[in-house]
Amino acid sequence: MKSKIVEVKNATGLHARPASGFARLATAQKCEVFLEKDGKKVNAKSILGILTLAIGQGSKVAITTDGVDEEASLKLLVDFVGQLED
Amino acid sequence: MIQGIGASDGIAIGKVYKYEPVEVVITREMCQDVKAEQQKFDASIKAGIEALEVLKSKTENEMDVETAAIFGAHIEILRDPELAIAVSDMIATEKVKAEYALKTVSDNFVAIFEAMEDAYIRERAADIKDVTRRVLMLLKGIQSKGLSEIDEAIILVAKDLTPSDTALLNRELVLGFITDIGGRTSHSAIMARTMEIPAVVGTGDGFTQLNNGDLVILDGIMGRIMIHPTVDEIENYKEKVATLNKEKSLWQDCVGQKSTTKDCKNIDLAANIGSPKDIDGVISNDGDGIGLYRTEFLYMGRKNFPTEDEQYESYKTVLEKMGDKPVVIRTLDIGGDKELSYFDMPKELNPFLGNRALRLCLQNMGMFKTQLRALLRAAIHGNLLIMFPMIATIEEFRKAKAVLLEVEQELEMEKIAYSPNYQTGIMIEIPAAALLANVFAKEVDFFSIGTNDLIQYTFAADRMNEYVSYLYQPYNPSLLKLIHMVTEAAHKEGKWVGMCGEMAGEIQALPLLIGLGLDELSMGAPSILRARYSLKKIDSIKAKGLADMALQSCTEEEVKLLIDAFWNGK
Repeated sequence: MKSKIVEVKNATGLHARPASGFARLATAQKCEVFLEKDGKKVNAKSILGILTLAIGQGSKVAITTDGVDEEASLKLLVDFVGQLED
Repeated sequence: MIQGIGASDGIAIGKVYKYEPVEVVITREMCQDVKAEQQKFDASIKAGIEALEVLKSKTENEMDVETAAIFGAHIEILRDPELAIAVSDMIATEKVKAEYALKTVSDNFVAIFEAMEDAYIRERAADIKDVTRRVLMLLKGIQSKGLSEIDEAIILVAKDLTPSDTALLNRELVLGFITDIGGRTSHSAIMARTMEIPAVVGTGDGFTQLNNGDLVILDGIMGRIMIHPTVDEIENYKEKVATLNKEKSLWQDCVGQKSTTKDCKNIDLAANIGSPKDIDGVISNDGDGIGLYRTEFLYMGRKNFPTEDEQYESYKTVLEKMGDKPVVIRTLDIGGDKELSYFDMPKELNPFLGNRALRLCLQNMGMFKTQLRALLRAAIHGNLLIMFPMIATIEEFRKAKAVLLEVEQELEMEKIAYSPNYQTGIMIEIPAAALLANVFAKEVDFFSIGTNDLIQYTFAADRMNEYVSYLYQPYNPSLLKLIHMVTEAAHKEGKWVGMCGEMAGEIQALPLLIGLGLDELSMGAPSILRARYSLKKIDSIKAKGLADMALQSCTEEEVKLLIDAFWNGK
């Protein structure tokens, strides 16, 4: 299991298009992917789950990957959040 | 007569068809075979996705990609693993039927989403409801022919229309639609404009008042519905429709002509733009100038502030392309609902009453001066007018003007080319500024009235909030009085007044605005030729008479009737 905390910097946060993008990328990974904010952890392959976390600009979230290619997957997902633009 | 909000222009005459979605009642029922029930659920999700894919590509072809994206979002919800797992688990542990499990899980998500602070997420609750309903109907085997059942030309009346409903409307048969809820910016209103179907929304209780088969006239321009119209009224409206169609072809003939009233009074018909890209549309529609260049778009959708040179290039392009014609450039108007990702703005409880536009600029001098430098440098290339937004007091204007003079001196000292030949004006969008227009008129070169915000601030009603959308009253005498105060004060000092809100592009309002003394109207470029054509039919003296009567009126309704009478030549 690998985990990394990232800050969401774009104005929209993980809403709308960025949230679907993240869920789609997570779904494409072979391992399990979780997002955690303020002690609440959700399946990151679920758009509904991601939205319930209400991840706005400036939020710090932990991305966790567990399983096949967890290291490479984690890097992909962390980079995705880092590159978000509005 | 029923009064609502005109959501999509045009007139339709036809019979009422009331549409009420079939009620899907779900009760807790036990299932016999868990495995079979889970399979049934999976199959219904699959069928739901297939139906949505069809709807999505139909919408892409017939409307636009943006509208179709609504159904993309619905598909995403159905593909969501959390939803599927939660439903399957519930079927297994509680041995309930799939529809009950789905309803329960969906209601949970809806409750969570509706309780969220974030408006975007709250709106997604409606998507979950819409898509859940679709699958529940599949599970229950409810065959709702719904709107596809319509087989004659009708006017559709509903309490509300979901995007799914609206996308399925048959444009040949649905002459127009009327809904109880919604405002000009709700999903269905926007779709109606794209589909060019006349629509009136937000009628409150139109659904109760109207009966199947009632003959009605739907006036999407004035937002009105006439029930059981008389033969004369119908004839009258039929004529209006015919004239409307004929006029469309006459608008194009106005290219190259002057914008004058019947009695040769000149009114500048200018365009609102957001970027230099919009200039081509202004030129092809023969605009008399730019009445509002919203510079905030230069700042949005990027990672850092635009540099002085970048801004200079944009302003220069616009000024050069417009030649001698006036170009009003508004300084940065962010805050409120417009944020910049790279600029830290503290969250405010009431952003529309908070630190926005010029208020924000005066507190961030570096950012403000960069823009003013770029503007003064670009002034060499054309006819520049600088406009400050959100001014409430004369001190604010004096401060802004002082910064402008400071920037001039700096450019002078640095020996950078600039031009001191430009006008300086303010937007009138706060009632406080309108009330003191006589004071401002001595110091500014011009005013431009931003009606959207002026209405919102005058009536203390959020213009995005549909519950108070009845307070969006551009024709209310209180607003007209504010406008009149500004034009009177300005003309006394030999200054001019423009208008750049949505009202400026409404043809219906044209005689009233001329009568109130506006010198310039700035609108979306596609409206310019139509306005020029209509302008020729208006006598400015008669328009003045209309405005005088409107100023004496008590309600918006009375003013609208006066305007109707004016257009009908009475």
